[in-house]
Amino acid sequence: MANALKLELVSPEKELASRQVKAVLVPGLEGEFEVMPGHAPVLSILRPGVLRITEISGAETKFFVRGGYVEVSNDVMSVLAEYAIPLEELNPERLEQEIRWAEEDLQDARNDEERRKLAERLDFLKALREALKTGA
Amino acid sequence: MPSLKDLRNRINSVKATQKITKAMQMVAAAKLRHAQEAAESARPFSVRMNAVIARLASRLKDQEGVSPFLSGTGRDNVHLLVVCTAERGLCGAFNTNIVRLATDHVRKLQAEGKTVKILCVGRKGYDQMRRAYGDLMIDKPVDLKQIKRLRFAHAHEIADRLIRMFEAGEFDICTLFYAEFRSVISQTPRALQLIPARLDDIGAEDEDAQMDNSAVYEYEPDEKEILSDLLPRNVAVQVFRALLENAASEQGARMTAMDNATRNAGEMIRSLTLQYNRQRQAQITKELIEIISGAEAL
Repeated sequence: MANALKLELVSPEKELASRQVKAVLVPGLEGEFEVMPGHAPVLSILRPGVLRITEISGAETKFFVRGGYVEVSNDVMSVLAEYAIPLEELNPERLEQEIRWAEEDLQDARNDEERRKLAERLDFLKALREALKTGA
Repeated sequence: MPSLKDLRNRINSVKATQKITKAMQMVAAAKLRHAQEAAESARPFSVRMNAVIARLASRLKDQEGVSPFLSGTGRDNVHLLVVCTAERGLCGAFNTNIVRLATDHVRKLQAEGKTVKILCVGRKGYDQMRRAYGDLMIDKPVDLKQIKRLRFAHAHEIADRLIRMFEAGEFDICTLFYAEFRSVISQTPRALQLIPARLDDIGAEDEDAQMDNSAVYEYEPDEKEILSDLLPRNVAVQVFRALLENAASEQGARMTAMDNATRNAGEMIRSLTLQYNRQRQAQITKELIEIISGAEAL
């Protein structure tokens, strides 16, 4: 059994990580699961949440991911997320502010189209906040 | 016969134009580099996404009730054409080529008696198509002018709209028009069928899609659900990719066009300068003759 796992974390805009890691905890649609070297091939959809990477050194790196899938085969793990950002780049105060703004905007929304968009954005921001709480 | 002063003015004005085209060429070259980088960093995502979808789809192709994003609505009466062009002109035949491909398509579909709807992304295509097909436009063009750097969210917004329209049954087939970036001097307009997804388009791009087929995967949730989750997402990915390709193509086309303009201006300056010098000499000769014949008469 190999003792390293190759992780490739890709978003549509760029490749965020491509390196050997020890293990990865994935927020799968039907629950979190940890992928370690030698894991059986799996294909799962992502739920918005935190991706926890245990580096070779033992350190932990966290990413917030949303929308996409994860594929594991032959100790190569590809995570394709529509949106991915390192957790430390999120600013909690800024986020709270954004959520407040989004809530206010939602109240002022004039038509359904606008309301739907704003509600989507609010959900997204709240998912971020949730991730920050559990991840930090 | 223009006077010396007229010629001098013309030379100066052509020189000023040349400076502008030269500057535009350099700006386009710088932007092209960024656009190319962006297009390249977006490639791994779309290639992999396609590979997974192709694999899942080929496993499920005999089953009933797969996502309508793959199987279609069963009809092909209403076509939606999404025409992506630039927001600015002065980039050679870039916009015209895309519009021409789209118009050919419209004509063909109309001849077959289909209903055609058009959505423009980018103002230039809208301007060019409005006169002939204004009544087919479902909305004002999607405006990308304010956007300095194209993000995935922008493509997502367009894709969301397409998906909602599709789910509301407003069209059966959606085709995307954009220019594929081949090199700085060559951009090919392309038509890509977005909905329902065409597997041969997808599968052709990745060879190891076939290779991985043998591996036994655990699916979570089951294959069908994964596929119906990924297919709408793939619409956004394809739109994003098309927009990035388009951005790179636009800058490439502009660079070539401005390079030609600069060269033409240079030629024009040369021929005007020649004319100017000849005329100046002729005038000097004329003046000398006048002086000499005046002196002889004394």
